[in-house]
Amino acid sequence: MVNKPLVSIVSAGLSPFGRREGIYCRELFADAAKEAYTRAPNLNPTKDIEALFVGHMGESYEHQGHTGPTLAGWAGILPKPAIRIESACASSGAALRTAIFAIASGMHKVVMVGGAEKMTHRTTAEVTEYLAMASDMPFEQWNGITFPGLYALMATAHMHEYGTTEEQMAQVAVKNHHNGTLNPKAHMQKEITLEKVMSSKVVAWPLKLYDCSLITDGASCLILTSPDIAHKFTDTPVHIIGSGQASDAIGLYEREQITSLKAAKLAGQDAYRMAGLKPEDVDVAEVHDCFTIAEILAYEDLCFCDSGKGGKLIENGVTELGGKLPVNPSGGLKAKGHPVGATGTAQAYEIYLQLTAQAEKRQVDGAEIGLTHNVGGSGATACVHIYRRD
Amino acid sequence: MSEDIPFTIASFYQFVSEKRLMTAKCNECGTEILPPKPMCTNCLSTNLRWIELEGTGKLLTYTVIHVAPEQFQAIAPYIVGIIELQNGLRLPGMIRDLKQEDVKIGMSLKIDFEASTSSQWPAWSRYFFKPV
Repeated sequence: MVNKPLVSIVSAGLSPFGRREGIYCRELFADAAKEAYTRAPNLNPTKDIEALFVGHMGESYEHQGHTGPTLAGWAGILPKPAIRIESACASSGAALRTAIFAIASGMHKVVMVGGAEKMTHRTTAEVTEYLAMASDMPFEQWNGITFPGLYALMATAHMHEYGTTEEQMAQVAVKNHHNGTLNPKAHMQKEITLEKVMSSKVVAWPLKLYDCSLITDGASCLILTSPDIAHKFTDTPVHIIGSGQASDAIGLYEREQITSLKAAKLAGQDAYRMAGLKPEDVDVAEVHDCFTIAEILAYEDLCFCDSGKGGKLIENGVTELGGKLPVNPSGGLKAKGHPVGATGTAQAYEIYLQLTAQAEKRQVDGAEIGLTHNVGGSGATACVHIYRRD
Repeated sequence: MSEDIPFTIASFYQFVSEKRLMTAKCNECGTEILPPKPMCTNCLSTNLRWIELEGTGKLLTYTVIHVAPEQFQAIAPYIVGIIELQNGLRLPGMIRDLKQEDVKIGMSLKIDFEASTSSQWPAWSRYFFKPV
């Protein structure tokens, strides 16, 4: 029995992802907003949108804080209340959940939610430093542990405990790069081979360059309404029927397990329960593949397979386009790109396209139920949302 | 005496500068809390005391950092890991005096302390791990 919707998505927008020279993240957000407005001609944004919730991770990139009203100003929706939500790489997943609260409370009927980040104008060393701020400073950063380093610690443990291989991780990259070639808005639209991943430069062993997601500029947004008025704005709304979020210790070393993300497990359980669905009901998923091992952990944490079997799931082709459960048809963070604050609602954008049969070459035929899994930091935040076609 | 020292991370690193691995223990429920926190995360009591840990443990997981933050670039590649100490307490740290090919999950390691203190904020000393 599928439960009733929390909110409905009546429109969505995404800026092209990639290296966007000479453009601010507010301008990227205007790009995404314009697409969402164009998709919903019955919506009068200035009049109808009552509030904006935006995910944005770092003020260091552009030396700009106070992102809520900044983006609202460029999206043409001043003087509506605008709030920035920061939860590291899960910022816009958390913003989405906050926007759901706003509608579910009855306070608002129509809200905009999104995210944006401009990253590529900074050096790799600078980006590495800014991203590391989402990890524990006094024990992890202080000891020279980088962000890829944290996922590498999980990967080493997973390999040791379950026999997961570097090749299996590399297969995640190969799959997602293939999907990226089918997405005209993806940052990286070229195929890669297993050999290329395996022979790429080591970043934090066992993770190599092609195991890591991209440093990308981009923005994303959704327009949400209470389900009762969704049809006023579109004939094809997508309904959010489950939402889960959980927290864990900021330091990886403090967590019960290092071969799974407990916050993601808990968020998934809550979302499934709320939706009245089981993992096998999911037709298409966008998961947080910030590193290839993270996609394997996501398979397990979301119960797409048993603990320790994530490597086999990718190896057997289950999560490819055309497989039983396609994961990251957009190309994921790996190939579509990972403008951190934009990622959560960019995942929702892809699911919106998939469930309204607008995903063109990467369309999962007949997809009715979708899921997004957005992780902050090394897993101290996780947000899971479940979506259904109208 | 040690009860007068606040249960903070700064105090932890003050002890590190004195070459001691110290943490908080709850006087109410007996939970050992690493890193030390001003309140017991099990029973929420603030009735705590400092205890000294032995500083030996086994390697739970590790990685070799090749792409390092600026201040660590001179020593890259370097090994970091998570070490499980007594009673299941864990600390992350650098592992020195060990070749990459000799690192093994489960191996015994012990803590050691750098002689110098960082000149930049937060002006702490560093601990690290090495083979027993």
